[in-house]
Amino acid sequence: MQIERLTKRFEPDAQPAVNNVSLAIDRQEFFALLGPSGCGKTTLLRLIAGFETADTGVIAIDGADMAGVPPYRRPVNIMFQNYALFPHMNVARNVGFGLRQERKPRGAVDARVVALLELVKMRALAARRPGQLSGGERQRVALARALAKEPKLLLLDEPLTALDRKLREEMRFELKHIHQRVGITFLMVTHDQEEAMSMASRLAVMNEGRIEQEGSPEHVYENPANRFVAGFLGAVNLFEGKVAGAEAGLLIVDSEAGRLAVAHSPLAAGTAVAVAIRPEKLRFMTARDTTTPNVLPGIVRTIAYRGEASTCQIELASGQLVRGTMSNGDGKAPVFLPGAALSLSFTPDAARLLQS
Amino acid sequence: MNTRRFGLIALPYAWLVLFFLSPLVIVIKISVANEAVAIPPYTPLFEGGRLHVTDANYLLLLSDSLYWKAYWGAIRYAAIATILTLLIGYPLAYGIARTPVRWRNLLLMAIILPFWTSFLIRVYAWIGLLKENGIVNHALLSVGLIDTPLRLIDNDFSVLLGLVYAYLPFMVLPLYAQLEKLDPALNEAAADLGARPLHIFWQVTLPLSLPGIAAGILLVFIPAVGEFVIPDLLGGPKTLMIGKILWDEFFTNHDWPTASALAIAMLVLLALPMGLMRRLLRGIA
Repeated sequence: MQIERLTKRFEPDAQPAVNNVSLAIDRQEFFALLGPSGCGKTTLLRLIAGFETADTGVIAIDGADMAGVPPYRRPVNIMFQNYALFPHMNVARNVGFGLRQERKPRGAVDARVVALLELVKMRALAARRPGQLSGGERQRVALARALAKEPKLLLLDEPLTALDRKLREEMRFELKHIHQRVGITFLMVTHDQEEAMSMASRLAVMNEGRIEQEGSPEHVYENPANRFVAGFLGAVNLFEGKVAGAEAGLLIVDSEAGRLAVAHSPLAAGTAVAVAIRPEKLRFMTARDTTTPNVLPGIVRTIAYRGEASTCQIELASGQLVRGTMSNGDGKAPVFLPGAALSLSFTPDAARLLQS
Repeated sequence: MNTRRFGLIALPYAWLVLFFLSPLVIVIKISVANEAVAIPPYTPLFEGGRLHVTDANYLLLLSDSLYWKAYWGAIRYAAIATILTLLIGYPLAYGIARTPVRWRNLLLMAIILPFWTSFLIRVYAWIGLLKENGIVNHALLSVGLIDTPLRLIDNDFSVLLGLVYAYLPFMVLPLYAQLEKLDPALNEAAADLGARPLHIFWQVTLPLSLPGIAAGILLVFIPAVGEFVIPDLLGGPKTLMIGKILWDEFFTNHDWPTASALAIAMLVLLALPMGLMRRLLRGIA
């Protein structure tokens, strides 16, 4: 699927909901559009499904321009956030709805419905109405219904948001598994960065109608292009400052937290930058240890125990609060309690430099 | 807790027993009395310590075909009027339900607005519009569309027009309430799965609006069967509807026992088709 310079405004003078978006999705890819609510990701999905008409720009699927093609003729199916199952039809009739529109012979429809219900493990409940199903079961039915016509592109609008946490994590694996089995291109919209990173092979981060960055989850997480992406995709600590110079192949930044060394190509001295460091890349050391570079002394303020690790808030000497992840696993790393003095450190190549 | 709930229910039920059930009992009582030159014009239930009951009034209803014809006439008019209100009311209700929210209340208001004027005055207004030298004929004559006045009143057309006009809101309101609840995402899901607009209507919208259709049919059909003002004022002497005959028995012939027997018979005979229709509609929904 190819999107070129797509723009959509709902009110003539308003900020565009989708602003000059270009995107290419390959066959059989699992692509995630990630962004906060109101960033235009759902509008983009609705434009692809054909429920909205773009002001300018092109949507092409397998080379065919979709302009003027009504939703019922597009080789695209969507799984709605609230599932939009037909309440007056049972599970089997819901799943077979799309096939019946093509006037396929009854036997063929029934066989396909059974195969799909097997795929989503819902065969036993084929005679139930949507009102008699749990949230997770409804989600499976909605997925089977959207897959029934073997679309070239399956759109998933916040597919897991309506489920509780445990089910959500199971369904992540299952959706991935189904994606691999059916060989259909999946385009998922979500505001949950964990969901996007764990499921998608590629993702795009959207904000205010624009795509901020696109790439594999690892690439975008490790190399965020700007402050928005860094803050939205995972947690990040930012130290604002100015480039002071270069030293031994490292860029030296004078920041609010002191002098920091970062692995980065040279920049003109005085350039305003932010040093970004992920919480899990901060090493916790006893206060006395000062042998490594990039040492930030501070005091533990709060600790949120999460089982496998704890998230800590540490107040630096500058007063800035930073977030760190303290492992609870090996029993070797020092364990700190609230109020304890410590030093945080990070290696020059663990940090990233953000200019915008 | 339970006594409080009991009190809450007891009060309206006491009201119903007092003002609905007791008149019904009185009507049943009159229906088994004989006509008499007295005030009130019927024989008492107990006379000289003996129960005085007759089935003569009911037998009269069976023997005189006028009553049967009037009963079927009422059912026929009411059924046709119900179908017409459904055909007119459904698109109207659907249109209102799909209008942006800020316009909806205004449009609903327009549907309810006629209730602000007396029903009788509105029916009289229709006479002024439809009669031989009325406004409609006058207008058509003056623009030269016709050269002789059309017969617009005292026939089936005017009775049905009156019924549809009077009962349309009772069809539109329950339909609107049902259609407004439908999730627009269902229509989008159907379109997404390859259903064209007309197919979406038949397979999704219509089945899901059946409860509203059932409510509308009941709300229009029941009062339309017993209607007497519209057939009396807009229908000619040949219009046979049970409500009109009942009115004539009561107020023109002063035959209270026959009128009461007619009222009871109508109640029983109406319960029959209504019960059937309810079962049928529940089956579909």
